[in-house]
Amino acid sequence: MSAIAGPATTQAETSALRGERTTTAHKVGRRKRRSQSTRTIVSAIVISLWCLLPFYWMIVTSFRDVGYTFDTTPWFTHFTFDNYVTALSTNLGNHLGLALLNSLIIGGVTTVVCLLFGIFAAYALARLDFRMKGIVMGVILGASMFPGVALLTPLFQLFTSWGWIGTYQALILPDISFALPLTVYTLVSFFREMPWDLEEAARIDGCTQAQAFRKIILPLAAPAVFTTAILAFIASWNEYLIASQLTTDATQTVTVAIAGFTGSQPHQEPYTAVMAAGVVVTVPLVILVLIFQRRIVAGLTAGGVKG
Amino acid sequence: MRRARTSAMRLSALAGVAVLGMVLAGCSGSGGNSSDPQSQNLDGKGPITYVQGKDNSNVVRPLIAKWNKAHPDEKVTFKEQSDQADQQHDDLVQNFQAKNVHYDVVDVDVVWTAEFAAKGWLQPLTGSMAVKNSDLLKPTIATGNYNGTQYAAPQTSDGGLLYYRTDLVKTAPTSWDDMMKDCTIAKQAGIGCYAGQFAQYEGLTVNTAEAINTAGGTIVAKNGKTPTVNSPESKVGLQRLVDGFKDGNIPADAITYQEEQGRQAFEAGKLMFLRNWAYVYNLAKTDGSSVVKDKFAIAPLPGNGDGQPGASSLGGHNAAISVYSKHKQTAHDFVEFLQSKETQKFFLTQGSLAPVIGSLYTEPDLVKQFGFLPTLKKSIESAVPRPVSPFYPAVTKAIQDNSYAALKGDKTVDQALKDMSDAISAADTGS
Amino acid sequence: MSTETATPLSSKRPAPRASLKKRQHGQVRTALWLILPTMALLAVVIGYPIVSAVVMSFQKDAGLDPATGMFVQGGFAGFQNYTHWLFQQCTSASGTVACPPGSLGAQFWNAVGVTFLFTVVTVVLETVFGFWMAIIMNRAFKGRGIVRAAILVPWAIPTAVTAKLWYFIFATTGIANAILHVNVLWVSGEWSSRWAIIIADTWKTTPFMALLILAGLQLIPDEVNEAAKMDGASTVQRFWRVTIPLVKPALMVAVLFRVLDALRIYDLPAILTSGGGGSGNATTTLSILVVDQIRQGPNSASALSTITFLIIFLVAFIFVRFLGANVVRTQESQQKGTL
Repeated sequence: MSAIAGPATTQAETSALRGERTTTAHKVGRRKRRSQSTRTIVSAIVISLWCLLPFYWMIVTSFRDVGYTFDTTPWFTHFTFDNYVTALSTNLGNHLGLALLNSLIIGGVTTVVCLLFGIFAAYALARLDFRMKGIVMGVILGASMFPGVALLTPLFQLFTSWGWIGTYQALILPDISFALPLTVYTLVSFFREMPWDLEEAARIDGCTQAQAFRKIILPLAAPAVFTTAILAFIASWNEYLIASQLTTDATQTVTVAIAGFTGSQPHQEPYTAVMAAGVVVTVPLVILVLIFQRRIVAGLTAGGVKG
Repeated sequence: MRRARTSAMRLSALAGVAVLGMVLAGCSGSGGNSSDPQSQNLDGKGPITYVQGKDNSNVVRPLIAKWNKAHPDEKVTFKEQSDQADQQHDDLVQNFQAKNVHYDVVDVDVVWTAEFAAKGWLQPLTGSMAVKNSDLLKPTIATGNYNGTQYAAPQTSDGGLLYYRTDLVKTAPTSWDDMMKDCTIAKQAGIGCYAGQFAQYEGLTVNTAEAINTAGGTIVAKNGKTPTVNSPESKVGLQRLVDGFKDGNIPADAITYQEEQGRQAFEAGKLMFLRNWAYVYNLAKTDGSSVVKDKFAIAPLPGNGDGQPGASSLGGHNAAISVYSKHKQTAHDFVEFLQSKETQKFFLTQGSLAPVIGSLYTEPDLVKQFGFLPTLKKSIESAVPRPVSPFYPAVTKAIQDNSYAALKGDKTVDQALKDMSDAISAADTGS
Repeated sequence: MSTETATPLSSKRPAPRASLKKRQHGQVRTALWLILPTMALLAVVIGYPIVSAVVMSFQKDAGLDPATGMFVQGGFAGFQNYTHWLFQQCTSASGTVACPPGSLGAQFWNAVGVTFLFTVVTVVLETVFGFWMAIIMNRAFKGRGIVRAAILVPWAIPTAVTAKLWYFIFATTGIANAILHVNVLWVSGEWSSRWAIIIADTWKTTPFMALLILAGLQLIPDEVNEAAKMDGASTVQRFWRVTIPLVKPALMVAVLFRVLDALRIYDLPAILTSGGGGSGNATTTLSILVVDQIRQGPNSASALSTITFLIIFLVAFIFVRFLGANVVRTQESQQKGTL
């Protein structure tokens, strides 16, 4: 396990792994607690099913013939790919493909901007001693809890008068408002746990501060930055409130596209196609999250970010 | 203690960010009136832009191509908006506020016309701007009329129809009371009798307005803001729907119905009568899952018992000219082109959009293709537009909330109408 | 520790060896330059809109000129937009009246109630279930990795998709009614629509809660539990006397985050119950109400969004001041493993 995490494992990550260590620690006492472990297994199964079944149902429905939308057979029946064709086609006025691109652009730019700004702030907050630190931290934390609607009303007016509705910046700026605090916050947590002694050691060995930073710190920080980037990107990808009010077709994001998915008739509710669209939007995310689950769990618990 | 104090300090520092912002904030100016744009550029000719929501069935592009061929010096460019109504609305507001001279002719939902007119964004269609077309269905014209002035020209329409099961009832009921009498047949057959759109959304406004208008009531006065809904006639209308739910003639499920749920129930054979738009007709005839393919017909909405059909609400869109347009003469000509018989016919055959010209509804080849046309014509002829009010969102909310409460039995009909009236009255003050 | 020095990251020079005082002074300046861009950006994306909102909230919305039927600018409003919401005062032809049912103004306190109802119920459910999940995940058993992967799935699904998914599950002819053998009109009953939101929200966000609690649990040294066991404490006793007190700081932070997040709930009610839910406003939260108001009068909407912001601010303040949810400190000590 730790081999995957590699030498760059931060302590935050290790703490998420700590449970793993108890596995060996408790191996001896395990037999005594067989009844408890049966209950644990049952609980574990219940939890897993509760979490996975709705998602499973989405996948099953997305592959089901539209004529059998409300079939309640719990496994794959009336299998078809039509819903995916429908979901991605633009014939019905849906633009899932474009929306995916938009969300990628908006999420990507937001993430990059937040990292560019956030890394420096996080470095200062984690590494340097100064008096206002607590206050700065408080401001950043407070900003991350800020209600989106409080931004929406003025932005709606401002962007309307600036002609910004339906532009990328109209979504990127509000996204920064929650992604930047999240970025700083998560990075600070990660940075605090970096082995800064190595930097000192490198400097004693004759490296300049910049060299030490580039050769030692940057490679060590890369996983933390990467994890933070994923979290910021997901937060932006999932944003709905602001996007639903400040977009037009051209800049529509995936969440807006799915919420407003239209069927072949003006009043039709295309459940199966919506489920297919949901799968298209969600599966890459789920795969990403599962691949990097250790890092993400570490980032989540370290930063205490919003879900 | 120390902890509490530093925490409080942190929170108060949050306000610091706001203060920082204060430095940046300042002007969010609102433009003043320089000179009246309504009287300018009336004879302007030249290229214009036509703005409309998503052209899903490819109707607009061929039409514009045709126009451009005939008018090489007054070419029309098509600006296609989103297909979400809210987004179309916001896009128009944004461009009108910016006084965009390139939004010459705009397609507006019938319920936005009054708002845009009251904001001074729509060119009154009077004098040289008047759009003359004697063949138009009268009620469609009224949707573009605010405060006695015509601001928009009807472009497409839609009306409510009564779908009924021919295997259960021989002829369609012509009055609400007759329809309720027929409900015993539905009960014997073990299916629901009547349903419309009663979920709490725009469809409920449509259905409530139809019930009230059919009974002879009205909702707002001509000025678009004085409520007139608290009347004995309105009470009769709303009471009909409430009683329908109470005695089970309208199935309890119907309180969740939008258009689609009603259509599905009807196609599944679970409903004897259904109020819905024209789109259901061809679907119910051809849908694979429809069990009523050859067992239904349509009629105008049931009336008040005086032999007249019921008063449908109107759907559809209007075409309007922006006051900021530089080429209003061309814009005017293009609006007339949109209303012309050929264009209207193309709207119908290509896009299944109900025309606003009466004579098209009786053309034999069209009737053959769209069996609902003659009935739809009757429906639209006796239709009443939804309240033409600059505060339409507030008005429709006042209707929906209170009608819904009455239908669910949470409120008496009297109370619902009084609240509806009060809420419409309070709507006009902006805050 | 005290010998640390830092210069701007772009600096090419080696750090000057200087006196301690000078170095500290340098640190402050460096820190300032590193933090300034972020604070400036936050001022632009949050500070500026907020100030605009406050300015707008003291302006009247445009009203109709009775003579022409045209809209005219409203002018200065004082606190009228605020009293409109807080005291349900609407102006009509006959002067100031109580906002009648069917107007947005009449819904303010209802929206406050719904928002707090959702917040309290979902956070309690999520805490209880989250604790359960965390305890299970903290145990050693085969397949623990699978459970942790499983609980990340709801977290990873965008809320908008979650809303559509549960909308389908809760359809009248959907799977929920089929499994339960009932015929509940989930999205249109008054309480059923609220439960639909609560269930979907609990499903979506319990994992987040569970992970935060798990992080707290993992910091409890095994010895503590072992020692308690030696002393003859039962499982229940150990839970209440050992686990809860030790996890409390982490738990409070998790609850604070969730409460503040739940208070701004928008996506689920907006999509799952189209805003209103049963009886038209059974699921109308403050955020929904703001969005409904935006197109009907932006200045009034600004007052409402400012009120919403103040409510959330107040709740956060209460948490930090009286309930001891010290986010910064808890995070720091969690990092150091000294919770």
